[in-house]
Amino acid sequence: MSSYTKRFDGRKFDELRPIEAKAGVIKKADGSAYFRIGKTTAYAAVYGPRELYPKFLQDPKQGLLRCNYNMMPFSGAGERVRPGPSRRSKEISLITERALRPVLDLKDFPNAVVDVFVELTETDAGSRCAGICAASIALADAGILMKDLVVAFSVGKVGDQVVVDLDGDEEHFESNSSVDIPIGLIPSTGEITLLQADGRISPEDIRKCIKMAQERAPAVSEILRKALKEKYATE
Amino acid sequence: MQRSENMTNHQLREHICNALTKGFRLDGRKMDEFRPLTIKTDCIRTAEGSAWVRCGETELLVGIKLALEKPFPDTPDEGVLMVGAELLPLANPAFESGPPGIESIETARVIDRGIRESHAIDTHQLCVEKGVKVWTVSVDICPLNHDGNLIDLGGMAAIAALKNAKFPMVKDGVIDYQEHQDKKLPIVETPIPVTVIKIGDNLLVDPTEDEESVLDARLTMAFLENGNICAMQKGGDEPITSEEFEKMLELGSRISKELRQKIR
Repeated sequence: MSSYTKRFDGRKFDELRPIEAKAGVIKKADGSAYFRIGKTTAYAAVYGPRELYPKFLQDPKQGLLRCNYNMMPFSGAGERVRPGPSRRSKEISLITERALRPVLDLKDFPNAVVDVFVELTETDAGSRCAGICAASIALADAGILMKDLVVAFSVGKVGDQVVVDLDGDEEHFESNSSVDIPIGLIPSTGEITLLQADGRISPEDIRKCIKMAQERAPAVSEILRKALKEKYATE
Repeated sequence: MQRSENMTNHQLREHICNALTKGFRLDGRKMDEFRPLTIKTDCIRTAEGSAWVRCGETELLVGIKLALEKPFPDTPDEGVLMVGAELLPLANPAFESGPPGIESIETARVIDRGIRESHAIDTHQLCVEKGVKVWTVSVDICPLNHDGNLIDLGGMAAIAALKNAKFPMVKDGVIDYQEHQDKKLPIVETPIPVTVIKIGDNLLVDPTEDEESVLDARLTMAFLENGNICAMQKGGDEPITSEEFEKMLELGSRISKELRQKIR
């Protein structure tokens, strides 16, 4: 395995790319957010709780969370992305729901749905995690009862080095030999709500990655909170 | 005033018409007044060209992607234009997930016609090898927040994005999207679409979502630099008289000249 001594963009190994977050950016939505990490930009809009159709999906005990992740056709690093759902976008929609559901309390909304629409306008790796961060802010902005804001970013390995928040160049390091581990965390408890991995890695290194993610989570959490505070401070 | 959730379409219409007979619109505008309009270009790094438009509360993005493909058999030495509009459910509670509905298809086709029939793109310059390889230009219109007038705003953003689009690098016949040439797309005309809507006896430009939901008729006209028209589309359930058409044409023409100043 080749050594990776200095990151392409000069970051420290445990440093995330610059993050910008904003709440309440889509007026028609009940809650919304903008979240940018490096060159990856996500918007999220929340609609609901609203009535759920088709009716057979309704749960009389609690509301349903429904997430939809989508890349705009011009948001990919390469060719145009065909509009409409793909296998990839459907899976990411599913894991986005799973990442967010544990912090939500939807008992007050039987038979209803909370719709979360995540749109990526431009991407450079880490788009599902950016979408989850945007969705976290948007859900809180919509006034949905939450016990914490889920944060998500990637950790992984580039060459022989454990790093946080891989960018596109790092994902493609040495013919895609790097390891990408998108992780979602509940910062107040350290619990994991999203965990995927793409690439070969030892158990020790996985432990290191998760530890690194848990160390960085509070800082990201602070950025999400600040976005919400800023919105309500100006209104 | 925003539409209240308990208001029926009939009540909303009455409310809008009452204001119009007193000479103003619900947001205080005059009949022929556009909302404040901002257009920014080159805002999406992954696109070959892009534009962001905000007008009142309507906000949308347009991105251009280029690809090398086989030309159509009847135009072997011309590039291909494709225009798509996705009415993303993110942008409005009424938009639903799923395949494009008739509204997004009409929006895309009306904008497409304005650009295509204006011959804004010199498609012959997009030919790389006759009958074998030409540039395909994909224009994708994505609203972020929909509060009316998507056709005019999408059409303006589309032409602004096209004017700012640059070819990606080509190495041994393969596109490298990471780098772009200095060479811009050959854009030789700037069509400006203007929609005039009719509510009762009133003719308005730049309708909000509420105004669109109660319109009787609408007419979209795409204007060329010399004042000629290259595409039209009538919408709405009610007919228009030839006198009304005259007024719509005059109004649209005047507004198109104002809007043209916004596109560089």
